[in-house]
Amino acid sequence: MTQAQTRDLSSKNRRSAMMAGAMGLAMLGMGYAAVPLYEIFCRVTGYGGTTQRVGEAQAATVQATSKVMSVRFDSNVNSALPWAFKPEQAVDRVSVGARDMAIYIATNKSDQPVVGTATFNVTPLLAGKYFHKVQCFCFTEQLLEPGQTMRMPVLYYVDPAILEDPETRDIEEITLSYTFYRSKDGIAVDPAKSDS
Amino acid sequence: MTTIAADGQILDDHAHDADHKPAFFQRWFMSTNHKDIGTLYLIFAIIAGIIGGAISGMMRMELAEPGIQYLTTWVGSGASADEALHLWNVLITAHGLIMVFFMVMPAMIGGFGNWFVPLMIGAPDMAFPRMNNVSFWLLIPAFLLLLGSAFVPGGTGNGAGTGWTVYAPLSTSGSVGPAVDMAILSLHLAGASSILGAVNFITTILNMRAPGMTLHKMPLFVWSVLVTAFLLLLALPVLAAAITMLLTDRNFGTTFFDAAGGGDPVLYQHLFWFFGHPEVYIMILPGFGMISHIISTFSRKPIFGYLGMAYAMVAIGVVGFVVWAHHMFTTGMSVNVKMYFTAATMVIAVPTGIKIFSWIATMWGGSMSFKTPMVWALGFIFMFTVGGVTGVVLANGGIDDNLHDTYYVVAHFHYVLSLGAVFSIFAGFYYWFPKMSGRHYSELLGQLHFWIFFIGVNVLFFPMHFLGNQSMPRRYPDYPEQFAYWNEVASIGYVIMGVGVLIFFVNIAWSLVAGRKAEGNYWGEGATTLEWTLSSPPPFHQFETLPQIK
Repeated sequence: MTQAQTRDLSSKNRRSAMMAGAMGLAMLGMGYAAVPLYEIFCRVTGYGGTTQRVGEAQAATVQATSKVMSVRFDSNVNSALPWAFKPEQAVDRVSVGARDMAIYIATNKSDQPVVGTATFNVTPLLAGKYFHKVQCFCFTEQLLEPGQTMRMPVLYYVDPAILEDPETRDIEEITLSYTFYRSKDGIAVDPAKSDS
Repeated sequence: MTTIAADGQILDDHAHDADHKPAFFQRWFMSTNHKDIGTLYLIFAIIAGIIGGAISGMMRMELAEPGIQYLTTWVGSGASADEALHLWNVLITAHGLIMVFFMVMPAMIGGFGNWFVPLMIGAPDMAFPRMNNVSFWLLIPAFLLLLGSAFVPGGTGNGAGTGWTVYAPLSTSGSVGPAVDMAILSLHLAGASSILGAVNFITTILNMRAPGMTLHKMPLFVWSVLVTAFLLLLALPVLAAAITMLLTDRNFGTTFFDAAGGGDPVLYQHLFWFFGHPEVYIMILPGFGMISHIISTFSRKPIFGYLGMAYAMVAIGVVGFVVWAHHMFTTGMSVNVKMYFTAATMVIAVPTGIKIFSWIATMWGGSMSFKTPMVWALGFIFMFTVGGVTGVVLANGGIDDNLHDTYYVVAHFHYVLSLGAVFSIFAGFYYWFPKMSGRHYSELLGQLHFWIFFIGVNVLFFPMHFLGNQSMPRRYPDYPEQFAYWNEVASIGYVIMGVGVLIFFVNIAWSLVAGRKAEGNYWGEGATTLEWTLSSPPPFHQFETLPQIK
């Protein structure tokens, strides 16, 4: 090869390598972009039983129907969180479209203030899209003083659209489940006790 | 001495004939020659294969009969029963990671890819020889990190016991200690090495083909490496992102995969398998390329349906990116999502079928000879088809609910990888060994190696289908009495396979010492690609004047 050809080739090579490298970097970015995208995807589609959050304005427009459904309440506590956490009643009978309030009761069993945060979903997973929460203790972190007991409300309704979706219209019972975790950036208690 | 002129041109006053080789240290430790780097990769892959294979031997020993026989001894006195069980997790993790990242990938892409891509396209070397060197030498610290992780705490005991998938939360809150961090860094380095290699291959193949060699005249092995390089480039960065998130979750308090902070461990599985599924094609596609050449050579016919073969690989690569969640059927997907991933997965059987049938059509009416590389290639087609069929079974979301994480899955992926990928590596090795070393291997030992290995791996892996259908779960060192029979058979199969591997090493040693000298094109008229126009071994620098392709 002549020197000119060699120079040509090496600049062509550099360009190809740059483009290939850019593809790699773009995929690295996509990997990180997957984190917010996944969250948005779950929130919008109700994927994995992700419930919907609605404002008062939207909730006010919904009409109750005559169809009655059971909503069960489930509670779990991560072992790192020294709380007791239970629903006040295990099951409610509600009309689809009607607003209902459920109460969970949480007690801090430790001698220090602890911040907890709850994750949530519903089963059947397909119902997530139609389970609308107007207010929930899970929207924010909760602080419990030592020994304190708190009543935590959830204000929700089941969207009547659930009756029109062929995949969900046969659902007779929805289970709403919460798991409380120790908040990562909450007030630290004795690390020896949380070591599990 | 070397002087650099003002315009950056290197003026070398060495007498630079084609076979001028640098001194030992320079040649092997600072190598920029694609053939030498290829050789280094192959040696590395063989060493890693011995270690990974020895680990599977330990596993088959423990699994030969019910109960825990050896783990407590291996883990040392004074260790708890839990530490012994943790050792099992460390073994399965190490076996998986070593075989995937340090045996199959270095052999296929680094070894054969480096050796034969430039030769087949008529290029003097790779586009970026120094980067090629960096790629190889990144693998060494990566491998040492992984091996070293076995000796530092990883939660319940020493070593990373997370499985090759490194799922959170086992790999985050479940594995305290530096072992998993070392394993993650090892993957980072191995990934960086592969990405650099991929950039190098893409550049080389796109820009440095000999005059007249259009993409549609390019040998199929080069096509396979090109597709593989793109898969690497698109898949590995996603793994890098996922395991970096693991690392920060473990050490810096982020909560990407921790529900306590709003993260989701299932997201890790999505990211991992978005990489992991293309990864299995990365491990098999170069094998497809090699098998095409071997079948064609020993049938003395050009490959049947060349373009179909090339674009089947492209199709496998593309579809391979949209099927990942079939590894996650049991994570609670809706029926519709399962249906999509089932259907998309089955679609891959179409281009794969095109390849299998084209290989058969190539042999049809050909003047076949059953030399060692050919019997390995035929073994590959048979084994890979068996693994492909069980793959179609597993692709069904409904069936997978039952078979997920059973030995049926273990049987499936060992048929496509341990038998598919490894058979193609052996086929390629025998096909090109005289080209690389300049000496013939022993045909008798090669055939013996094949038959013993073939019987061994089938006795080893076929019973796993039965165990899986009886619901024996994978990743446990112990099992109830009912699984004892086929587990014992499988362990006997391992021993048979081991004898086959020993013959392989005897064959290499024998041929390097006493092998007949190989001529340029020792396979005759069936071998038509450019590497056969050169001497065996090829000169240190080849194609100083570029070959013309008509």
